[in-house]
Parts: sequence; structure tokens; C-alpha cells
Amino acid sequence: MTTRLDTRFADLARAGRAGLVTYVMAGDPDRETARAILQALPGAGADVIEFGMPFTDPMADGPSIQAAGLRALGAGQTLRKTLEDIAWFRASDPTTPIVLMGYYNPIYIYGVEKFLVDAKAAGVDGLIVVDLPPEEDEELCLPALKAGLNFIRLATPTTDDKRLPKVLQNTSGFVYYVSITGITGMATPDFGQTASAVARIKKHTSLPVAVGFGVKNADHASAVARGADAVVVGSALVDQVKGSLDASGKATAGTVSAVTDLVSSISAGVRGARKAAE
Amino acid sequence: MNAPAKPNSFRSGPDERGRFGIYGGRFVAETLMPLILDLEKAYADAKADPAYAAEMAGYLTHYVGRPSPLYFAERLTEHLGGAKIYLKREELNHTGSHKVNNVLGQILLARRMGKKRIIAETGAGQHGVATATLCARFGLECIVYMGAVDVARQASNVFRMKMLGATVVPVQSGAKTLKDAMNEALRDWVTNVGSTFYCIGTVAGPHPYPGMVRDFQSIIGRETREQMQEAEGRLPDSLIACVGGGSNAIGLFHPFLDDPSVEIYGVEAAGHGLTHLHAASIAGGRAGVLHGNRTYLLMDDDGQIQEGHSISAGLDYPGIGPEHSWLSDVGRVTYLSATDDEALEAFQLLSKVEGIIPALECAHALAKVKDLAPTKPKDHIMVMNLSGRGDKDVPQVAEILGTKL
Repeated sequence: MTTRLDTRFADLARAGRAGLVTYVMAGDPDRETARAILQALPGAGADVIEFGMPFTDPMADGPSIQAAGLRALGAGQTLRKTLEDIAWFRASDPTTPIVLMGYYNPIYIYGVEKFLVDAKAAGVDGLIVVDLPPEEDEELCLPALKAGLNFIRLATPTTDDKRLPKVLQNTSGFVYYVSITGITGMATPDFGQTASAVARIKKHTSLPVAVGFGVKNADHASAVARGADAVVVGSALVDQVKGSLDASGKATAGTVSAVTDLVSSISAGVRGARKAAE
Repeated sequence: MNAPAKPNSFRSGPDERGRFGIYGGRFVAETLMPLILDLEKAYADAKADPAYAAEMAGYLTHYVGRPSPLYFAERLTEHLGGAKIYLKREELNHTGSHKVNNVLGQILLARRMGKKRIIAETGAGQHGVATATLCARFGLECIVYMGAVDVARQASNVFRMKMLGATVVPVQSGAKTLKDAMNEALRDWVTNVGSTFYCIGTVAGPHPYPGMVRDFQSIIGRETREQMQEAEGRLPDSLIACVGGGSNAIGLFHPFLDDPSVEIYGVEAAGHGLTHLHAASIAGGRAGVLHGNRTYLLMDDDGQIQEGHSISAGLDYPGIGPEHSWLSDVGRVTYLSATDDEALEAFQLLSKVEGIIPALECAHALAKVKDLAPTKPKDHIMVMNLSGRGDKDVPQVAEILGTKL
């Protein structure tokens, strides 16, 4: 079965460039604005969209993403609304892959079976659920694969060669390499080490490898894009949302462009990376 | 919900996947998984090593001050006019609570694993003080995460930790209480995964913590069995303990779970009442996944975690240890709840009739002793775990009672 992710990464490989994966939080800072950002991302250069499912206790995320989640929850975002937002996006964009990213509890409470049916119907392509390691695959990963959704696993610097096959076993779509041991939005990785880690993972799998955590600007993205199949940027975009809000925390006329301007700049870095390296 | 089948033994959990029935498990980020697997192996090795047990026993006797007494509370028994009430005096341990039993086990394990940096989370501060104490004793770096609200309401424990050489980090995220301190400790662990041992204070978190912490605390119940044989020549008829995460409770209960004649009661914090603000995860929550395990949690319809509320900073966690969730479902342990007001009244009662000021945490158990004991015959023996002393709570209680110190 070929998914939107498979198609997109095959297209990128044919074009001879790395892809840009952008993370934004559903419902942040409010539902209308988040929808407008979502809709504008492909035009600004996003090849794949990660759509964050807000959660009160995101234990592997840093302050930026936690604050974004709390803004969204404060504005009334729910998992049901997040799925509706994706269905709304799909009506005008049938090709850009969308991956939902978040934590397990809201999905567990929604009901795993119902969630998979509704997510598929809404046009979701894959899931990244941070607190479901391979040891808990029966919870969601295996049912998701059966339902025709990709399940994207994180590999980290602590995932050694012995453990890597276990991590990759039920992974599909792409592998998300977390470039640092730590939470999102904090340290900037050593891009030399990142490149060798990507090479190490590629010895174990033919899946595309995307690299994220600590990528904040076009230069970072360009450095990562030389060795990886895709670059993930998240906290930096979420910070753009925050920086554009008015004194009362509400969206302004500049909120959507604050995000898309950075995406355009990073996209240029990603697209120029391999040429720059030649 | 359909009641799960009763097992042959209530003491055999967790299974190889870290589950007690459907509860428990390992719901953590991939970065932590290799470390959690290392810890599981290190603990299994230590358990099989007589040298580890001997080292534990030595420190428990000479540093912690075990065994703690099993005290017949004669005046309380007379006052309530029913069951014969014994108190297991965990508040007499070094550092003033049961927390030290578990911290000792984990710190000795950290030493075996070669870890020099210890992190912990704390609510009321008792686990933080115990961790800071043993880090001082063994010369280890100690960082304690504590919600900023708890830092303010437990100032004396914060000062104690600092005296002991620990760094106390006030956590400003979320509701600034225990739940947020645990998030922050997990973030530290993800970031400093190579050098750091995470000393969890209760029977929650990813496998192997719930079973491991229970094993360390089970000394409470094992001593109680022996001491009760000596005092009365038989098993007690009922056990009762307060439950936040539930480590003091499971420590008392576990050695008695397969004795069908023993009634067992856990007491959750009902705060302002179960329909208002409370921290009773079993009475007012449902099964969900947080902080590495599946267990009963307080949450809204969308699966977002809600804050717990209790007069006691040690009980206001929105979850409970997974083994308790299972023991509730299978019906082996009955979970009750006590409000802030009931706990406050029991706090004053024990102080006045026995000359013992209990921690606000165990005042919740005492509140239900007040309800249950009078309904029992005079030959009924009830053991309550007096898991901590109330010195830390005196300023807070004075304020509530309108006394300026």
C-alpha cells in the first residue's frame, strides 16, 4: 500500500533534494488562525506537515511546545476538533501528507478504534506518539498499521545498534531521528554527529530519515539537509506564533505570515543545501 | 466495567511487561527506553545479590532506625470505642517518614550502576528530604524538582533540603505542583540520560518503578506481620493507610494481600469533596496514561489531565500507583476517601489523645479509622500506617486554624 508519505518522499528523491517537515500546534493560538497557518504551509515550502495534538503534560517537549499546547487548550481545542481541522484542510489540499504528533492519553480516551477510523477518514497519513515505545506496540502502532496509517517512530542518540532493529520493526513512512538527548526547542545539535547517525540508521532501513530537534533557522536546516532525507522544524515555528500575539495573547494580522515567512526562509535553506554542498 | 477475574495470588505482579492487569507498562519517550531497560536489569541483578540485601539491612538498622515500632494506641482505642487500634510508626524513621525506605534502596542501586547525579520530584517535600539526606550520606549530587506552589507551602522542608546540600528547582509550569515537578524531572532525565539516576518517590512511573518501590516499602508490612504475631499472636483483621501515589499503603498492604481474613482499606484525598476539587483518582477518575504508566487519573472528557486538590501537598497528585488501580478493580482493597476538613479534625484528635502529631497525609487514613473503628467489635485488630510526622504541616495548620505563629 502506497501512502501520501511514500509518494511525497519518492517525489523528493526524484527531485534530488531533502524535504521540509513543519510542526505546528492544532488550535494555537485559536482554531481559526491555526487553520489558516495549516493551509498556508504547503505554499510556503512545507513538504510534510506535523500537526500537534495539544496535551496538558507533554513530558518530552520543551517550554515552547508546552505553552503552545496550553494556548490551544485554553482556546477550546480538542482531539475531535483537530481531526475536523485536518478534514477541512484535505478539502483543498489532497496531496500534502499530514502526520499527527502528540501523546497517547487523549487518543486512549477518544478510543483507539474510533480514533483510527476518524483519523483515516479525515485524511491523516501517519502518527507520531511520543510516549509509545516499541514495547507498547500493541496499544496503537499495530492497530494503526492495520488501519492503513503510517506509524513513525523516533530514534535517538540512546538508540544503539542493538536496539535500532526493534525501533524500526513496525516503523513506516519515515524514521524521525531526534538529534539530541533532550526536549524539543533547546540545544542545537552537532550537525556532524547528526550526519553520521543518519548514515548509521540507513544501514538498518530503506525508509527515509528525517532529522529534528534544535533546528531553528535556514543555516541549521541547510546543514542537516545535506545528510538527511528531511529536516523537521517545530519549536522555532511555534515561537513565531507566540511572538506575533498581542498583549492579551490573541492572534494578530501578522500571526500567519510570521510562521510562513520563517518556513519560506528555512525551505530555501533546505532546497539549496545539496547545491551548496556540491 | 466488567470485574476482572481474581488471580491465584495478589502478590505476583507485575508481569514481564510491567503490568498489573491492564495497569502499569512503559509509556515513555524512546530516549528513556534503553535506560529503563538498564534499570530493570540492574534491579533484577541486585535483588539476586545477597550483598545488596545485606547492605540494605545494615543501613536500615543503623541509619534509618528500623524496625519502626508497632504501637498500641490505647487512648485512641478508648476514645473511638470499637476496634483495637495499632499504629505502625513510620514517622519515627530518620527524616520523618516512610520515604527513606525506598530512597535507600534506589540510592544503593544508583551506586551499583555508577550514577553520580540523582534527580527526584517531591510534593510535600518528604521524598525530597529523604533523597537529599541519602545523597549527602553517599556524596552524590542531588537535584530536587518541586512545584513553585509547594515550595511556598512547605518552606521548612525546602530549607532542610538545601541544608543537606541539594539543589531545589521550583517548577513554574502547569499548576506548579507535584504533577509538574514530575514532568520536569522526566525532562531532566531525557536531557541528562547518561549520567543521571531518577529516584521516583512513589509506586508510579514506568516499569520497573512501581514494583521496585513497592518491594522497598514492603518492609513496613513484613515488620507489621512479625510485630503483630508478637503482640497478639495472630494476624490483624484490618489494615488502613492513606493513598496519594500509594507507596506507604502498598508497603503495608502487600505482605497481607494473600491473607483473605485481612480487610484492607486505602484512603484517598477528597479535598473539598468528590464533586468539587479533590485528588481521589479511583473514586473520581478513570483509566488513562500519564508519566509512564496506565492507571486511574483525574482528567476531562478529552483526556487532558486535571489538577488534584488536597490540603496535603503529598496527596494532590492526579494519579495513583498502577497496582492500586488493579487492586481496586479486582476488589482486594477497598478505597475510601477523606475530605480536607475530616483530615484536619483527625490531625488534631491524634495530637490531643496520643501526643502524636501526624502528617496531614496520614490524617486522611486516621479520619477513616474514626469512621470504621466504632463499627467493629472490640476484638477486631486494626493497623494504621502512620507514614509521616506532622512537624512540616504545623505552620499550614496554624494558618488554617487562624493562629499566628
